[in-house]
Amino acid sequence: MAGLATVFGSGSMTNSIAEIEDADVALVIGSNTTETHPVISTFVKRATLGKMKLIVADPRKITMTNFAEIWLRQRPGTDVALLNGLLNVIIAEGLQDQAFIDERTENFEELKKTVAGYTPEKVEEITGVPANSLKEAARLYAKAESATILYAMGITQHTSGTDNVKALANLAMATGNVGRPSTGVNPLRGQNNVQGACDMGGLPNVYTGYQSVTDPEIKKKFEAAWGVALSDQVGLTVVEIMNAVDEGKVKGLYIMGENPLVSDPDSNHVEAALKKCGFLVVQDLFMTETAKMADVILPGTSFAEKDGTFTNTERRVSMVRQAVEPVGEARSDLEIINDLASRMGLSWTADTAEKVMEEIAELTPSYAGISFARIEENGLTWPCPDKDHPGTPILHEGKFARGKGLFTALEHREPAEAPSDDYPFTLTTGRILYQYHTGSMSRRCEPLEYMAPRCEVEINPDDAAEIGVNDGDQIMIASRRGEIVAAVNVTDMVPSKVVFIPFHYAEAAANRLTISELDPVAKIPEYKVCAVTLKKVVNAEAGAEEEAKAAAQ
Amino acid sequence: MSTEQTLTINGKKVNFTPGQTILEIARENGIDIPTLCYLDRCKPTGSCRICLVEVKGARALVASCAMPAAPGMEVQTESESVIKARRMVIELLLASGEHNCMTCEANGECTLQDLAYKYQVETVRFARPMEYFPTESNNPLIIRDFSKCVLCGRCVQACNEVQVNLAISFGYRGTRSKIVTKGDVALEDSDCVFCGECVRVCPVGALVEKKARYMGRSWEETKIRTTCTYCGVGCQIYLHIKDGRVLRVSGVDDGLPNQGSLCVKGKFGYEFIQSDQRLTTPLIREGDGFKEATWDEALDMVAKRFLEIKEKDGPDSLAGLTSARVTNEENYLMQKLVRTGFGTNNIDHCARL
Repeated sequence: MAGLATVFGSGSMTNSIAEIEDADVALVIGSNTTETHPVISTFVKRATLGKMKLIVADPRKITMTNFAEIWLRQRPGTDVALLNGLLNVIIAEGLQDQAFIDERTENFEELKKTVAGYTPEKVEEITGVPANSLKEAARLYAKAESATILYAMGITQHTSGTDNVKALANLAMATGNVGRPSTGVNPLRGQNNVQGACDMGGLPNVYTGYQSVTDPEIKKKFEAAWGVALSDQVGLTVVEIMNAVDEGKVKGLYIMGENPLVSDPDSNHVEAALKKCGFLVVQDLFMTETAKMADVILPGTSFAEKDGTFTNTERRVSMVRQAVEPVGEARSDLEIINDLASRMGLSWTADTAEKVMEEIAELTPSYAGISFARIEENGLTWPCPDKDHPGTPILHEGKFARGKGLFTALEHREPAEAPSDDYPFTLTTGRILYQYHTGSMSRRCEPLEYMAPRCEVEINPDDAAEIGVNDGDQIMIASRRGEIVAAVNVTDMVPSKVVFIPFHYAEAAANRLTISELDPVAKIPEYKVCAVTLKKVVNAEAGAEEEAKAAAQ
Repeated sequence: MSTEQTLTINGKKVNFTPGQTILEIARENGIDIPTLCYLDRCKPTGSCRICLVEVKGARALVASCAMPAAPGMEVQTESESVIKARRMVIELLLASGEHNCMTCEANGECTLQDLAYKYQVETVRFARPMEYFPTESNNPLIIRDFSKCVLCGRCVQACNEVQVNLAISFGYRGTRSKIVTKGDVALEDSDCVFCGECVRVCPVGALVEKKARYMGRSWEETKIRTTCTYCGVGCQIYLHIKDGRVLRVSGVDDGLPNQGSLCVKGKFGYEFIQSDQRLTTPLIREGDGFKEATWDEALDMVAKRFLEIKEKDGPDSLAGLTSARVTNEENYLMQKLVRTGFGTNNIDHCARL
């Protein structure tokens, strides 16, 4: 998000989901689309039955590769080199859109200088992607009438995450694939309302609609509207908050609808920090791993028990409607926060979701035209600056939100933690189709749990043979930060020396292993790369047998 | 460049664009031609023969879903011969399986039932098959009842042309025809990803959601339109409610962005809503455990403690984590509370995770 905001002026999906189907070429990178955004994957797969040519860049042999014209299997953590390589070929062969570059962008010369060093041969050395495949992919993407890029956490969850995103923007701008239908740079957001939570100012540096907390004029506007003095200091991010709790600097923490003990990197550290927290309030649907550590637990309600709106990955604001009564004495989060505000001496007046949206619209230029009455049917995509505005499915038409699109010269940097003799495998984490996030919802649904009841670690057949494990065996995975035990899934989905673990399972929490090293700008942890070692788990009985056998010999 | 041409349907002159089928033109003009195997967004197969119409001068009745219109065509959609042919088709379909509406989940939303009703097909003169492929009901998601399958192929098209999961196809031959996975294995052992699109398009009761079976008739349910709570796609869904319980979930046909499609989580992942593991009352820590509390007790304590910490250690000693799961309105209020009540910008959520 931080990456796109810097170079385009807005950090969201540039184009709408429906447009994907009409693109001539799609580049899917760092997105296991069929598992994490299944319905979006159908748009891409349908299109490949027609004219679309698909390029997939992913270390794992994901289902999307079955539909791909070209599959670039880069080593984890080498995306900048890969994308620089594509640009190297495009510029060397004169396939760039010079008119677009001249009119709409700046800093192309700097980019040109840097990518000149990323010849296909050098990129093959860094990424493992054959030079010829790289060339073919570059030509396919650059020559397309319309080419769209779809990416997800496989791009952002690296210490170089912001650079990765900027590299994608470079590629799109150099070929004029921004600001037109079926083009763009499109981050697929992982959670139902992650776009909305960002839009609503659930971030330490901005109020609603990305209005900076350090801008005196903006601050004045919010002070006038809310009737209190506000801080002009940028606050702490999630990982920084956990560190501050650990250091005793943050003493009171209010967590709503999150389970950081399972979702955050280096869970052992998070657990130690939360134990020290002076006063912890957790508001959730279930007794989550995090809730168990709270001083006070407040029962909230699910999406089916309340009214409101979600904003999806394409910036579409859609209605959420109450369908059933809250269970027991549970209350909607809106009601709880309002009540708490009044007990803290604040006098707020918006007591329904509709009235709160009116307040949001008043204070947020990009939501100014949004109201419940207008989004009854199919919602509206922001920016929607006034009550008659039809919404904006395509961003940056004619002009970038920041004026000129900014090319960024980027160098490849190795991930924070490289494999070593002691930790020779690269661990990459992510999601699977049948579970969701920390599993507090999906694992309580029998159909989903039936299909994926346990944590399975994907291991390449060569590695499995070397370690001596078979499908279904228990294996211990250890990093410098912790260890877990999970079942083995022997599969060529992962290349040799790379293992994949889904992070949904608290009993085998992948985040006990992950590293909390952050991207310096976006502060996203490097979930996609850390070093681990694997060890076959011998259960007591089998162990005794083997010992007996050894003794007999 | 005008490419409009005309034909007549039931004596009425209508315009069309070359390439359009008779069915498409009729629908555009509000003329109802019944269909069964025809599936929107897919290539017409013309296999069920329900959409037969009479075209003047043609040797036989034609399947309107697959027949491109020609200028000057004269089409009859409900002539005597058309009705006679449709009744025969319906009778044959009814004879092909155990179409017993009494306990069928499709009762009330079944295309075959509607057709039999409309064309008054009461008795079936043909013998039913002696045996069927066994019903598959081992997984808790989808039941496949082959005794009710009319082999229309809509599920096959939905799987291959709409969702492109390529999990099912026609298998075997003739009277032994069956919709099969690769190798005719059970769904859970196949490439099926349980998106439920096949269930959505099944025009009869052959594909049924197991959890919703015997829980309520379609006309007893209230449908509430809302937005799915899983990933960021924001699929438009209906929650089907009976007696205050969520019975099942379906996609909103013309809803954006999903156009009716769902994935396994959106379709089959609703039980958490009314799970008996839900927290139902505020809890306050007591030693290693918790004691139940009233909202007044809990919220007074929370307000008091936060204000004490703010007073003693300053606003920046407080922080809040808002949520990518709750509504925009709730997120707005949370950051407002942290910024105004706590007095700090220490507010974030797991967008990065």
